[in-house]
Amino acid sequence: MNKTRLIIQREYLSRVKKPSFIIMTLLGPVLIAGLLSLGIWLGMSDSGIYNVLVSDLSPEVANDSLGKSQPFFWNKLKDTSQIKFTYANQGLSNAEFDSSSYDLMLVLRSDILTITEAELVFRKLPSLKVRSYIKSQTEKVIEEMKLADKNIDKEIYDSIRTDLDLISVDVADGSRSTKQEQAMVGFGFAVLIYIFIFLYGVQVMRGVMEEKSNRIVEVIISSVRPFQLMMGKIVGVALVGLTQFLLWVILTFGLFTVAAAIFFPEFSNAQHMVEQQVQLTESVAQQASQEPMQQAAMNEIIELLLYRVNWPVMIGMFIFYFLGGYLLFASLFAAVGAAVDNETDTQQFMLPITIPLVFGFIVSEFALTNPEGAAVFWFSIVPLTSPVVMMVRVAMGFDASTVWQLFLSMSLLVAGFLFTVWLAAKIYRVGILMYGKKVSYKELWKWIRYSS
Amino acid sequence: MAILEAVNIVKNYANHVALNNVSISVPEKSIFGLLGPNGAGKTTLIRIINQITGPDSGELLFAGRPLTPEHIEKIGYLPEERGLYKKMAVGEQALYLAMLKGMEKREALKRLREWFERFEIQGWWDKKVEELSKGMAQKVQFITTVLHAPSFIILDEPFSGFDPINTNLIREEIMRLRDEGATIMLSTHNMASVEQICTDIALINNAEVVLNGSVKDVRSRFKEGVYDIAFHGEMLAFTNSLWTNFELVSHRMEDEMRIARIRLLNKAKVNDLLQSAISVVDVQAVNEVVPGMNDIFIKVVESNTTSNE
Repeated sequence: MNKTRLIIQREYLSRVKKPSFIIMTLLGPVLIAGLLSLGIWLGMSDSGIYNVLVSDLSPEVANDSLGKSQPFFWNKLKDTSQIKFTYANQGLSNAEFDSSSYDLMLVLRSDILTITEAELVFRKLPSLKVRSYIKSQTEKVIEEMKLADKNIDKEIYDSIRTDLDLISVDVADGSRSTKQEQAMVGFGFAVLIYIFIFLYGVQVMRGVMEEKSNRIVEVIISSVRPFQLMMGKIVGVALVGLTQFLLWVILTFGLFTVAAAIFFPEFSNAQHMVEQQVQLTESVAQQASQEPMQQAAMNEIIELLLYRVNWPVMIGMFIFYFLGGYLLFASLFAAVGAAVDNETDTQQFMLPITIPLVFGFIVSEFALTNPEGAAVFWFSIVPLTSPVVMMVRVAMGFDASTVWQLFLSMSLLVAGFLFTVWLAAKIYRVGILMYGKKVSYKELWKWIRYSS
Repeated sequence: MAILEAVNIVKNYANHVALNNVSISVPEKSIFGLLGPNGAGKTTLIRIINQITGPDSGELLFAGRPLTPEHIEKIGYLPEERGLYKKMAVGEQALYLAMLKGMEKREALKRLREWFERFEIQGWWDKKVEELSKGMAQKVQFITTVLHAPSFIILDEPFSGFDPINTNLIREEIMRLRDEGATIMLSTHNMASVEQICTDIALINNAEVVLNGSVKDVRSRFKEGVYDIAFHGEMLAFTNSLWTNFELVSHRMEDEMRIARIRLLNKAKVNDLLQSAISVVDVQAVNEVVPGMNDIFIKVVESNTTSNE
């Protein structure tokens, strides 16, 4: 209706024009892109040179070609361009190490063959890459020692050693399954829905309370029905949310592309990169535990993001579940705003609304480790939690035999928000004209039962 | 002809009766005072007329036809508890409220400019409401109430928050609107303004109409046969001349004249009073004391309340 449209327009424009909205919209993607880029940059660009003092306390053995006895690890750890090992017979105390010029100290205990642990003393924690390199080098030496001890030929050992690659294959389409990884992406969307419902639901509540406390509400509802005012506000704020989301998607994508082009020129062409990835993974297999490990993981993430995740479906479902969940919760928030006189009184009514939301968030975290568990199934169907939980399942995809669950969840959500909107309208209608009354649940129940 | 008629309106809330068989009739082009103590049910009746809430039973007629949502555009309402969006600019907000009443944007803008000029507040257009004083905001609210040229205007305590100059301005605007053909329903506790501008009243107490009619009728209904008689002469001589049918209520001096307030008893006439007075003092004037609305209000409400107890 025309008047409802006017209300939507006002609610929308008055929020979109606020400086805080513009700042959040611009800052959001900068933060997201910044964090993403920073994370990748930190992971990839640990290019510092590490001088590692290997304090080798292991027993000396005569393993030198000249018959000179040396500890196990003496000169056996391979230097790289980044990591330089220096050996010592005894360890430095932590204080001595701290004042030395070494960056790291690897302490190899004398009984390392029986108790396989070693300490890496650091001043500044090195990247995972550096740590895993030191680990694999040390393991290699220990393995060699053990082989020699047991008189096993290295070649025989290498031929026995098996590295099983367990590939999950979905019976439905016979393809390699990346469900776990896809669930991660879905979880990202679930978090977004959770945040958006909270953020914009509370905005609706504040808006209702503002109209009630500055008393403009009576003027307005002498022109329009209370239901129109409530829905106008809810829809107007929803549009603000969608606008912000779409701007974030566009800006984040734009910023990320720009940032990628600046910081990782070789990544700027993602398509090209994924093509390279096949070769890379092959070479990774050969170059045992060398640097490309990290590279391969990166490529997997990018492949997942570009090809495994069905973006149109994800964004479509995100919009559906955001709107459905938002309508459901925002109408309840509107009812709370109408029922109380001031913000402090909202607490008792907020709790039953926030609990299902938070619970949905927790269940969707479960879904990461056990995406097809019973709890995840049920809570992705129930309307109060489905907007958050279902996103994880949508990301993993449905097949012909399970897609009914998605449709059931979607229809229940629609039924759910129709119900809460109806319920909220009843509370809202009475509440907005009720002042100076401490409202209890019993009172609310009375309002719901009022006939109009 | 009545522009608005309420017939046997009943409205019950959970634990009290807000309106009990209330019937009023507001004549067209009248200024109708809706009076009553706090909590009598005035606001509930006003909200029912505005279709904010519905009555449990009873009927509302607008210009002879049952009241429907289409009539909203013909009604202007200034609630007692009123406010505006604090963060919104004055002009934008007035335009929004006008459009909610169903006005076209261009027409609304044109009339807003006229009103802003008339109230000499053109400079406020882009100001935020939070920058205005209470009285300034009241002016804006008055404009938004009448901007869509409603034929029926409901003003709940329209003068509260105004200084005397602005009170006068609003009073003149009310009269002007009436002269242009609108009917005004005024709910107020300010009895002086009721006497000044109202043509008709209804007094509601304890959810019931206890008094209604034209102000003239109501006031004459409450006449008690009390007269002020002004004279030159001895007070004692005057008092002695009064016989049993006259009761001296009070007396005072004014401009070197004595003024005695006399109640006529036992159907005595003014002529009888004059006859007995003329013989002893020099009578200057005799005026009937018509009860003020304030006195009527207090009298009716008090007697009504005691009779209910």
